[in-house]
Amino acid sequence: MTLLSIEGVSRKFGDVIALDEVSLDIRAGEFFALLGPSGCGKTTLLRILAGFEWPDRGAVRLDGADLLRQPPHRRPVNLMFQSYALFPHMTVAKNVAYGLEREGLPREEIKKRVGEVLAKVGLDTMAGRRPSQLSGGQQQRVALARAIVKRPRMLLLDEPLSALDKKVRAEMQLELKRLQVEVGITFVVVTHDQEEAMSLADRIAVMDNGRIEQVDAPIALYDRPRTRFVADFIGANNLFTGTITGNGFEVPGLGYLPCKPELPNGLAVLAVRPERVRLGDPGRGAADGIVADVSFFGGISHIAVDVSGHDRKVLAATQGAARITPGAAVGLFWNPDDAVLVPA
Amino acid sequence: MFFLAPGLTLLIVLAIVPMILMLTYMFFPRGRFGGVVYEFTLENFARLNDPLYLGVIGDSFVIAGTVTLLALVIGYPTAYAIAQLPQRWKTIALLAIMLPFWTNFLIRIYAWIVLLSGPGLVNRALIGIGLIDEPLAFLYNEGTIVLGLLYGYLSLMILPIYSAVERLDPRLREASANLGATPVRTFFSVTLPLTLPSALIGAVLVFVPSFGNYVVPELLGGGKAIMLGNMIRDQFLKARDWPFGATLALVMILVTCVLLIAQAVVSRRVRNA
Repeated sequence: MTLLSIEGVSRKFGDVIALDEVSLDIRAGEFFALLGPSGCGKTTLLRILAGFEWPDRGAVRLDGADLLRQPPHRRPVNLMFQSYALFPHMTVAKNVAYGLEREGLPREEIKKRVGEVLAKVGLDTMAGRRPSQLSGGQQQRVALARAIVKRPRMLLLDEPLSALDKKVRAEMQLELKRLQVEVGITFVVVTHDQEEAMSLADRIAVMDNGRIEQVDAPIALYDRPRTRFVADFIGANNLFTGTITGNGFEVPGLGYLPCKPELPNGLAVLAVRPERVRLGDPGRGAADGIVADVSFFGGISHIAVDVSGHDRKVLAATQGAARITPGAAVGLFWNPDDAVLVPA
Repeated sequence: MFFLAPGLTLLIVLAIVPMILMLTYMFFPRGRFGGVVYEFTLENFARLNDPLYLGVIGDSFVIAGTVTLLALVIGYPTAYAIAQLPQRWKTIALLAIMLPFWTNFLIRIYAWIVLLSGPGLVNRALIGIGLIDEPLAFLYNEGTIVLGLLYGYLSLMILPIYSAVERLDPRLREASANLGATPVRTFFSVTLPLTLPSALIGAVLVFVPSFGNYVVPELLGGGKAIMLGNMIRDQFLKARDWPFGATLALVMILVTCVLLIAQAVVSRRVRNA
């Protein structure tokens, strides 16, 4: 069931197009991510949903009602700020109670709900502290508690994990997912970090230059990118620009490369993931090259191969330590099914 | 520490030492032609009890308090409004506030006499548009003193508040709105408490020079000694009673200290409310 529908939303700042005809449906109860590089328009979209920014054109409907006609303080949408924006002059409990007090709820109920939500984020012993006395991770939990205590229809999270160090991050990532399932609120996360989006979200909208490039589940996004930007942006990828003809996909200097030409004839880009590339004897694979560099990452190794006639090094990933050394001549192999063609 | 030495030496030799010498005069009777006679006495403190002097100190409190209150009521909205302006207009507005400082304070106070005197600009304008027939007596009362002090020190209220509003993270106000607070609620629950410490600094900055002022009461108040500053000046220069002048000066220093401490305490309490 569609909770939020964004239709043809555009926004310009002077000559800069922040959002260009963005249309998007977010379903009730899902964990949705807006993913893109900085300046892609995702933050503008978030601010439009919260009511701090207005689109030049387009409509936004929440539960079928026009969201844009409501002032920010009446929207059933809560936002967790990237900087947390906790009120420094109030205790943790006061911060969390603030939104409930604005609803004019009885004191007893406010106290009860604040206690419940603080227990849920594991901060019940910190209720009397001030934000400045908490660690970054704890401040984040307060911000989260403050946003979910109002039981909004939708929770917006602006770069929720970016300010945390790596260990707290992994912990918080799990916590966010657990909470989302537990409270059953629709989460919309805005992030530039693809790992964050991939691990958290049910569906991801990849944005670039104010436009939505692709909306899909994380695995589909990774395995079947539909645009060159998505193929390049999500994960590591080997890209070959060439032409689709009746005989297959031909790259100048490399000849025909294995793939299933599902696109109409014309210019296209072939994308093959490093873990799909196998190395073998030269002369029999899709292309030949010289190993330029081997890097060991613990679980896997990346082998960069110089292919003459191709300006970017081709990456191949293998499990464990690689037994190959720089300077070796290799052939590159992959299954036609593992290569994806996208329009150039 | 090493780099502090020249500044500290200058301060101690040229300000603190003379001040302490001055204050020791409180414990001696006056000399016949100024100066002091070195015989210990506490008589100067007893004289403070005189209703005449207490009245002047009280009046000074009322006038400086009125000025401070008005400066707060006028200064806060002004500072708030300036902080919302686009960058270019902000600079222009702040410049306009600081511009009068480039002119001597005395001259600016004289300018008010030119404006408000019997044949002054304001009276002529009011007669010109037919609102009054006879010039009004604006000058030489408590009201004009308040006006002059307010004019002189309003900017000391505006600048600290402006800087506090400007520093305030706009996301705090957005967060407040996002949690369901109307703009008015946001102002009283978030903006005001977080800028109040600066408003208190502004209040002290306005109150202290107003309380001890003697130029403004002298010129706009008609020279009657109705504020503490004038009285201290008169004790030193007219009555040649240095010991009592020093005692009155001590009163002023104590009031200032009490205010600074009160401001610090209240600010801390607000921050931890």
